[in-house]
Amino acid sequence: MNSTNEGASASHSSAAIKASLKKRYARERRFQWYGRMAVLTGFVFLLVLLVDIVGKGYPAFTQQYIRVTVDFSAEQLGVAPGASEEQLAAANYLGVIKNSLRAMFPEVDSRKEKRQLYRLVSVGAEYQLRDMLLADPQLLGQTREVWLQAHSEAGSYLKGQVSAASAEADRKVKDVQMAWLDQLRAQGRTESRFNTTFFTAGDSREPEMAGIKVALYGSFFTLLVTFLIAFPIGVSAAVYLEEFAPRNRLTDLIEININNLAAVPSIVFGLLGLAVFINFFELPRSAPLVGGIVLSLMTLPTIIITSRAAIQSVSPSIREAALGVGASKLQTVFHHVLPVAMPGILTGSIIGMAQALGESAPLLMIGMVAFIMDVPAGVTDPATVLPVQIYLWADSPERGFTEKTSAAIMVLMGFLIVMNALAIYLRKRFELK
Amino acid sequence: MDTGRQQEAAAAGAQAREPLDIRDHGSVGDAYQTIGAPFVDDAKMSARHVNVYYGEKHAITDVSLDIGRNEVIAMIGPSGCGKSTFLRTLNRMNDIIPICRVEGQFYLDGEDIYSQDQDTVLLRARVGMVFQKPNPFPKSIYENVAYGPRIHGLAHNKAEMDEIVESSLRRAGLFEEVKDQLDKPGTGLSGGQQQRLCIARAIAVSPEVILMDEPCSALDPIATARIEELIDELKDNYTIAIVTHSMQQAARVSQRTAYFHLGKLIEVGDTKQIFTMPEHELTENYITGRFG
Repeated sequence: MNSTNEGASASHSSAAIKASLKKRYARERRFQWYGRMAVLTGFVFLLVLLVDIVGKGYPAFTQQYIRVTVDFSAEQLGVAPGASEEQLAAANYLGVIKNSLRAMFPEVDSRKEKRQLYRLVSVGAEYQLRDMLLADPQLLGQTREVWLQAHSEAGSYLKGQVSAASAEADRKVKDVQMAWLDQLRAQGRTESRFNTTFFTAGDSREPEMAGIKVALYGSFFTLLVTFLIAFPIGVSAAVYLEEFAPRNRLTDLIEININNLAAVPSIVFGLLGLAVFINFFELPRSAPLVGGIVLSLMTLPTIIITSRAAIQSVSPSIREAALGVGASKLQTVFHHVLPVAMPGILTGSIIGMAQALGESAPLLMIGMVAFIMDVPAGVTDPATVLPVQIYLWADSPERGFTEKTSAAIMVLMGFLIVMNALAIYLRKRFELK
Repeated sequence: MDTGRQQEAAAAGAQAREPLDIRDHGSVGDAYQTIGAPFVDDAKMSARHVNVYYGEKHAITDVSLDIGRNEVIAMIGPSGCGKSTFLRTLNRMNDIIPICRVEGQFYLDGEDIYSQDQDTVLLRARVGMVFQKPNPFPKSIYENVAYGPRIHGLAHNKAEMDEIVESSLRRAGLFEEVKDQLDKPGTGLSGGQQQRLCIARAIAVSPEVILMDEPCSALDPIATARIEELIDELKDNYTIAIVTHSMQQAARVSQRTAYFHLGKLIEVGDTKQIFTMPEHELTENYITGRFG
């Protein structure tokens, strides 16, 4: 080649490169824009979802109270003056409340209006009075100002969720009730407080008395069982398959089956749980124990697959180093491979657990959809879980349950965040070592 | 890699000559004879008629070699010649590769190390290994060294363990540099320090033989010089087999040199003799830098 030719071709090719450069950069910019748009779209959807849920759910965290003058006289309660505890427990508290309400609004006389009046306070108010009196029998014969829980419909008016503008037939709070509530508010007899009932009660037919505690405990116990079963078994299986098992047809078959199991619809696991654990082994129905076992079956494939990937990704040089100083295979795995793989294993496990937390279908099959008011004390007590509780409330027509549904979703997300935070904390601890 | 240094050395001898293609000049019949002196009187380890297969691939063909007591033997040869594979057969590190099959007899002090009742854990405690890439455990410097003695139960209390860790680090020439940061992660050290840590880890279990698989290939020249000095000091107490790509390194640290070529042991002899008067044409071509 002579020099002029060479120079010409060099400048020619650099011109070509320059021309293509523009295109290449444009493509890169376009691609970045697509990426940004994708992220933005996802973010907007998330934001809309969050705003909607929080907007609907936050009123559920306040509870309305009405101050009523209660006359605890023996005569009103229908008991003798030195009544025993049993008699006090069976006393006529409903009558006392009705009398107190009538005393505040003496003008009410028709039967229909009276019924409307009684519906201002919660059905639970009589139990509130009973508990007060049982706690302090000295109250008998005295008159006290008591804050009673408002009925959820009255509460929704006090919270400003219902207004008189809508047609009376379309709402449960009638005009006359609104007038009474306005009057009470003017007298300073209404109050809004933080809704502790929501966190301390189980499910109820009355929205103002319904709480999430049963579902929260149920979810906790269920996930505890799931974790205790799925994590050790899943990690052990992954370690065995990855480090010890011979590579042959059988292990290939097992691997394919594990991968397929991860794709099995979750309700199938519910059917399995119903048939095997409840019908055959006769474990208690609706119990977190069975729920946990079923969910652990569902979570196992996820944990095994991610753990195997994490173990696989541990650098072979670490294995060689350990074997090179004379560590046995087991020591190599437990002292060196597993600690390094642990962050990945934890990430996989938390994904599996998060799936389990949000699962409702298999739990419906084993009866965790029951209406349960008592907080479970252990894994064998009947309970429900957060997603099922959300499903149950979402199904109820009362306005009070609509806000409870969103509030329960917020609690579920809070639970999830706590779980993830724990996992991240554990992962960081393992990574530091 | 230190190909630069190889080329430099090769330049002196091979400037005028065209480079050769290894495939044209690598054909030695299957029934070949190793030239030189593969056997010694006082052998620490002996290998006889070693054949290694990776699946269908015949990686090592009929290699017989002795490693003398307290000597440093260097194994050199072009890439893929089987020198690392041979080294790894000496402490059965190839056992962990499922497709690898090893044939032949191996003895450590006259004991068959591939016999049924030979424990690989014990063998690897007696025949330690330092790898190509520094591979400290992702743990503290102290833990890196203490791990071997701990699993073998060599220390009975904390004081003994401290003693082992300190003396191992001292012998590896690392103690002065790290004595104030023994609890820092070993992975935070520089490449050369990491490799010396790996050597300390290997000698902490007081092995009789140390196998080194290109211990300096990932290190800079200064770190390499430190390791070479260290090898020189260690040979008084240990038998060392070192695989290296650098012929200068082989010449500097070893007493004997073995030249491997496409899975065959072509020539073995005193290092000085191999580098000055190689007998086989392939050896000569390699050390003069005509391929490699």
